[in-house]
Amino acid sequence: MHLAETWAWVSASPLFALFLTIACYAAGEWVWERAGRNPLLTPLLTGSALICALVVVLGIDYDTYLYGANVLTFLLGPATVALALPLWRQASVVAESAPMVLGAVLGGAIFSILSGYWAVVLLGGPQELGWAVAPKSATTPIAMALAEQLGAVGSVAVIFVMIAGLSGAVFGTWILDAVGVHDPRARGLAFGVASHGIGTARAFQEGTTQGAFSGLAMGLTGLAISLLVTPLIPH
Amino acid sequence: MFLGLAIILGCQLVGEVLVRATGAPIPGPVVGMVLFFVWLSIRKPKKDAGEVQMADTLVRYLPIMFVPTTVGVVVYGGVVAEHWLPAIVGGFGTWLVTLVLVGWIAQGLRPRRPRRGEH
Repeated sequence: MHLAETWAWVSASPLFALFLTIACYAAGEWVWERAGRNPLLTPLLTGSALICALVVVLGIDYDTYLYGANVLTFLLGPATVALALPLWRQASVVAESAPMVLGAVLGGAIFSILSGYWAVVLLGGPQELGWAVAPKSATTPIAMALAEQLGAVGSVAVIFVMIAGLSGAVFGTWILDAVGVHDPRARGLAFGVASHGIGTARAFQEGTTQGAFSGLAMGLTGLAISLLVTPLIPH
Repeated sequence: MFLGLAIILGCQLVGEVLVRATGAPIPGPVVGMVLFFVWLSIRKPKKDAGEVQMADTLVRYLPIMFVPTTVGVVVYGGVVAEHWLPAIVGGFGTWLVTLVLVGWIAQGLRPRRPRRGEH
């Protein structure tokens, strides 16, 4: 028997990392379905927490795990392109809502950048942290690139992208209900502007209109933040 | 199906190339999304077309693609925990206000004409 060698192969193999990711997500989804699709138990959150725990318990190196599961992250590119489909299906609805879309995206992007940066700096946080927070409403690859361009650590920026996204997936539905935003288009725009792709995934669970508007808002917000973050933030 | 995948990857590739060639500070996949939208508008594919099926599949699997990055966050959590107050207010607090603000702006600017099939 070569148990030690076999385990060394397993723990370092991309196959195991991919299996672990899919299996934990499936487990999270199973729980979510049985809990009446409670947003607090969104599979992205529970699945990721389960993987974190297993990675620690099994003593797997994080970088090895991330390398193995990278194929899923890679698919975010083609999936972003694919978001044009729900958008195209809703094209006539989107066209007559142009002022609503542009107002929401520009207002949201500018507010998100300025409030994120100044909240950190005024509360005594280092400027590097402010730079990492500023692009948080953009999708992961965009926010990472922009934060590094400003002078922050890309991976720290990802933490805030994840806070914005997961908060949307978990609390978004309740908050929008509580503040009286009932229009499905407005809900989609709020999800897409504030919580990017993770919010869009959640918006599709609410409905196709919400999802299409969220996908549109996510794309436009990524664009707006890319163009505005450098002129708006001191660096 | 594979032609559909080729079309989607092709849109992303052209987008990435355009972004790099022009030096525009826009992410390649976002340009790819615009290109794919133009493709759909011109071709008007039916429901069983390869690119439609492939795009539907990709959108359906979107949540799981965020899992590895979410897990990776744990590694850098300590850096942020050191400045927990600005991190929570700047991360969660301003996210909350952004969400509500966008919802209100959007609802305030929505087209007034009542639409069929909506209440």
